[in-house]
Amino acid sequence: MIDSLDARAKSEISLTVNGERKTVLALPMERLLDVLRQQLELTGAKEGCAEGECGSCSVLMEGTLVNSCLVPILQAQGANVVTIEGLAAGAQLHALQEAFLERGGAQCGICTPGMILAAFHLLSKKPGPTLEEIQEGLSGNLCRCTGYVQIFEAVVTAAHCRTSLSRGPNEI
Amino acid sequence: MRSDPGDYELVAPLSLQAAVGLLARSPGEWLPIAGGTDVMVQYAAGKLPSRKLVSIWNLPELRNVEVLANEIRIGAGCTYTDIRKHELIGREFPMLARAASWTGGIANQNRGTIGGNIVNASPAADSLPTLLVYDAELILVSVRGERRLSYAGFHTDYKKTTLAPDELIRAICLPRRFSGYVCHARKVGSRNAQAISKVCIAALARVADRTVEEVRIALGSVAPIPIRLSQTEQVVTGKIIDESLLLSAKKTAIAEIRPIDDIRSTAKYRVAVAGNLVVEFLNLLNADAKKA
Repeated sequence: MIDSLDARAKSEISLTVNGERKTVLALPMERLLDVLRQQLELTGAKEGCAEGECGSCSVLMEGTLVNSCLVPILQAQGANVVTIEGLAAGAQLHALQEAFLERGGAQCGICTPGMILAAFHLLSKKPGPTLEEIQEGLSGNLCRCTGYVQIFEAVVTAAHCRTSLSRGPNEI
Repeated sequence: MRSDPGDYELVAPLSLQAAVGLLARSPGEWLPIAGGTDVMVQYAAGKLPSRKLVSIWNLPELRNVEVLANEIRIGAGCTYTDIRKHELIGREFPMLARAASWTGGIANQNRGTIGGNIVNASPAADSLPTLLVYDAELILVSVRGERRLSYAGFHTDYKKTTLAPDELIRAICLPRRFSGYVCHARKVGSRNAQAISKVCIAALARVADRTVEEVRIALGSVAPIPIRLSQTEQVVTGKIIDESLLLSAKKTAIAEIRPIDDIRSTAKYRVAVAGNLVVEFLNLLNADAKKA
C-alpha cells in the first residue's frame, strides 16, 4: 500500500512529465495542478474554476485528458503526464499551436492550453473529426473571449495537416 | 474556503481486498475516492466532511466489463468513457451510453465512474434513470462478502443509500433483455456538456398491435432520488396510444413527481418539462408502432 503515515507526512511521488522523469515530495491530497505549477514550474495549465467545469487546467495523464485540479497527486504516482509545455519540440511549435496562432484561436489565453490539449486528445482518437465531434471534444473547455469559432477552425486546420501530429508530444 | 491538503490523509491500496479491509477496520471513517469528479470538487470548496480518503481509482477488479449470457456486469470503477467505448453497451444499452456522453465533458468522462455516480446519489445524475429502467442490480462487496440487490431500492432519500459504511459497489448488473425495446433518453439542461440536467428521462417500451405491452419510465431531477413513474406506467400499460391516453399519462406523471426550485431550475418548469417528456416518449412509441 502506498501510505501516508499521518496527515502531514509528505510522500515521494514519481511521475513522468513531458517525457522527463520527476520525483516530487508532496502531500498526497495536493492537486496535480498545484504540483505542476508550483513545484515543477509548469504554469501552462491554469486554474479557472477549481471544480472541473472550465477545462483550463486540462493535461494528459496516461494519454487521457483530465482536469488536473481534480487529481490528487497520489493518483498520479507513476503516471505519464503531458502539459502544454510538452507539445512543442524545442522552438518548433506543434501543428495545433501553429493552427491556433494562424486562426486567431487565442485571445486572453487562459483557456488556450486546455483547448489545445483537448484538441490533441480528440485528434489522437479521431484524426479527421467532424465539426460536431470537435464541438463535443472541446465541450469541457470554456472560452469567454473568442466565441469558439476560431478555435474550431484551428482544430480543423490542424487536422488537415496532421502528418505533423504523428510526431508527438514526446511520443506518448 | 479552500482545503489545506495537510489536513487530509489519502491512501491508495493496490487491491480491492486491501481497500475493503481498510474500510472494515474503521467503518465510516474512510471516504472512497475514484476519479475525484465529485470528491475533489467538495474538497476544493472546503466542504469535504471526511479527513481520511482511500483511493479506489483504477483498481483492476473494478475496471472491467464482464459479458455473460444473460447479463453484463459493469465494474463500478468503469469511467463514462469506458462505457461509451464499449461496443455491447452501445448496442444493447444505448441509453446508458448516451447518458454517459452527456455527463460532464470529455475530461470528466475520462475520470468520473459509474459507481461514483451511484454512490454520490445526485437526483440529477444522467445515468441513474437509465439504470432504473434497465432493471439494474448492484453487487456490493465488503470483507463480509458480497451481496446483490436491486438498484431500484438503493436510494432511500436525498443523498442516502443502503450502502453500509464498510461496503463498496463492485459491479452494476444489467439483464440482456431489452434489445428489442423502443427506447428514449433525453437530457434537458442549459447546455449538453458540463451543465447538469434540469430534468432527464430514460424510458423503454415494447409495443405490439399498437398496444403498449410493457413500459418503463424513469426521470431524474424531479424528486429527492431518481424515480420510476410507476403510476404512469400502469396508466399506459395495455393501452393503445391516443390523444386521451397522452393526456392521462401526462396528468399522472405530473402528479407523481415532487420537483423543487433550485439553482438550476424551478419546480414549475420541471413539472411542465417532465409532462412533455412523457408525451414525447409516447408519441415516439406511436410513430414507431405505425412504422412497424
